[in-house]
Amino acid sequence: MTTATAAAIALPPEVRTPWTEFWRKFKKQRVAVLAGCFVALLVALAIVAPWIVPYDAENYFDYDSINAAPSLQHWFGVDPLGRDILSRILMGSRISLTAGFVSVAVGAVVGTSLGLVAGYYEALWDRIIMRVCDVLFAFPGILLAIGIVAILGGGMVNVIIAVAIFSIPTFARLVRGNTLALKHLTFVEAARSIGASDWTIVTRHIFPGTIPAVVVYFSLRIGTSIITAASLSFIGMGAQPPTPEWGAMLNEARADMMTAPHVALFPSLAIFLTVLAFNLLGDGLRDALDPKLERQ
Amino acid sequence: MVQYLVKRLLGLIPTLLLVGLLVFLFVHLLPGDPARLAAGPEATAETVALVRQDLGLDQPLPRQFVRFALGALHGDFGRSVRTKRPVSTEIAERFWPTFWLTLAAMAWSVTIGMAIGVASAVWRNQWPDRLGMTLAVSGISFPAFALGMVLMQIFSVELGWLPTVGADTWRHYILPSVTLGAAVAAIMARFTRSSFVDILKEDYVRTARAKGLAESIVVVKHGLRNALIPVVTMMGLQFGFLLGGSIVVEVVFNWPGMGRLLVDAVDMRDYPVIQGLVLLFSLEFVLINLIVDVLYAVINPAIRYR
Repeated sequence: MTTATAAAIALPPEVRTPWTEFWRKFKKQRVAVLAGCFVALLVALAIVAPWIVPYDAENYFDYDSINAAPSLQHWFGVDPLGRDILSRILMGSRISLTAGFVSVAVGAVVGTSLGLVAGYYEALWDRIIMRVCDVLFAFPGILLAIGIVAILGGGMVNVIIAVAIFSIPTFARLVRGNTLALKHLTFVEAARSIGASDWTIVTRHIFPGTIPAVVVYFSLRIGTSIITAASLSFIGMGAQPPTPEWGAMLNEARADMMTAPHVALFPSLAIFLTVLAFNLLGDGLRDALDPKLERQ
Repeated sequence: MVQYLVKRLLGLIPTLLLVGLLVFLFVHLLPGDPARLAAGPEATAETVALVRQDLGLDQPLPRQFVRFALGALHGDFGRSVRTKRPVSTEIAERFWPTFWLTLAAMAWSVTIGMAIGVASAVWRNQWPDRLGMTLAVSGISFPAFALGMVLMQIFSVELGWLPTVGADTWRHYILPSVTLGAAVAAIMARFTRSSFVDILKEDYVRTARAKGLAESIVVVKHGLRNALIPVVTMMGLQFGFLLGGSIVVEVVFNWPGMGRLLVDAVDMRDYPVIQGLVLLFSLEFVLINLIVDVLYAVINPAIRYR
């Protein structure tokens, strides 16, 4: 954001850089800007969580107010073991945001590289890479993750690896398509005719053209990945109790649904609002960067 | 058409072989000795050796793979480590509850999703659009397991209208299929809307309006039929999503289907069952995508001659 404003001030008004163009379109979408602010707030809260939580998320037990409804002492109430739910939600945000961000980042970096290679060289490279993507696509989403967790064992790190692997083919296909379209354009031909190396052409001339689509998918995939990671924890394959992961918290809350529904309410809301913010932000980025991208 | 079908079927073979190879290697990627896993932790060294011979694990890997592939083609995935019954029997018992659940979820979510999408496109930027798209973006953001718990709390616990767990009558299907289909309905609504918005800008729609046709006929006859083409493709992709989603939803509703079998098998480290299920899920997904592509070719003749 700051770079965009700085660029707008530094340049004369008639000069339009991709950044100012993007910012001009993006700031018109109030919902997306709001979602972006919410994401920023979440990230800030997750970073400072260890210093602002009112109670210890794992080792504080208030046995006098087990399953207590929200109150001034416990804003989000108390869970069946006497732990403070607000503290657990705050600490859980670190896990969910990290899982979502790291897995998509790894998937995006690997997928984008593969997509660039496949699209630029075509021929054999393209066939091999796209065949591998076909195989990865042949496993419906979460199933691949379950398979990987079955091999590597449970735990959050393995969940992140699993989610990263199934993000790879999405980015590879997307970037390959963009690369195929870009590499026949005149500016790429011009670069080649003055003797630029393949490396320079791909990194300096083709890769920047794929950035808008990658950024849009990045935001939308974070939402999906957070849900997948939470789902795996919910079915007992991700974070293990007492870790305050949101999906794992919901699983623990199931036993007391009849007597203490608020224990399930707050983790549900936390996942919903976080994923919603990333999705709304992604929608806004798409409308500002690349309106032709298909809505999913 | 026949030529196209044959071409597509042949194109599946390498993908299926690779999927089969991955699933086969799965057992060999696991830490530890597969024969020891199958024999159980208390087995003596002789028993393990016997099991190794029995399962053919002493033979070279390529021969083992051929054996595995031939077995899989005959529906033989070995025996469950936990129950000692054939994996095929275990899976057969669980197949139909999952099949009907996915189908029920698909049916309602496509119908409702497309209806919302069309309404949003027709009344674009008016309240039906705002309402529909708010519902849709919420639908893709709300995790299925949380939705299932909320629905169960409201309709089974508080109101007592619907049963909580089990799969005996049609009433048992309502909550799980609503839970499973919600995200798909949301995706279909968003997708139908954007495809419909494009179509309403086409020249032939303007022509239809110009010749004085009622708006309802323009929308249904000229719009819907053409909008269906991309929507059908999207449906196929969503089936995979449903198959995956059913795993989580079955855990929430204690559904006696393949998803819960898979989760239990992973818990119990019952590897033959995991192998069989992963292979079956992927096969189903690949076949559904093939059916969708064929449907696509039926609707849109231009595809066949590429």
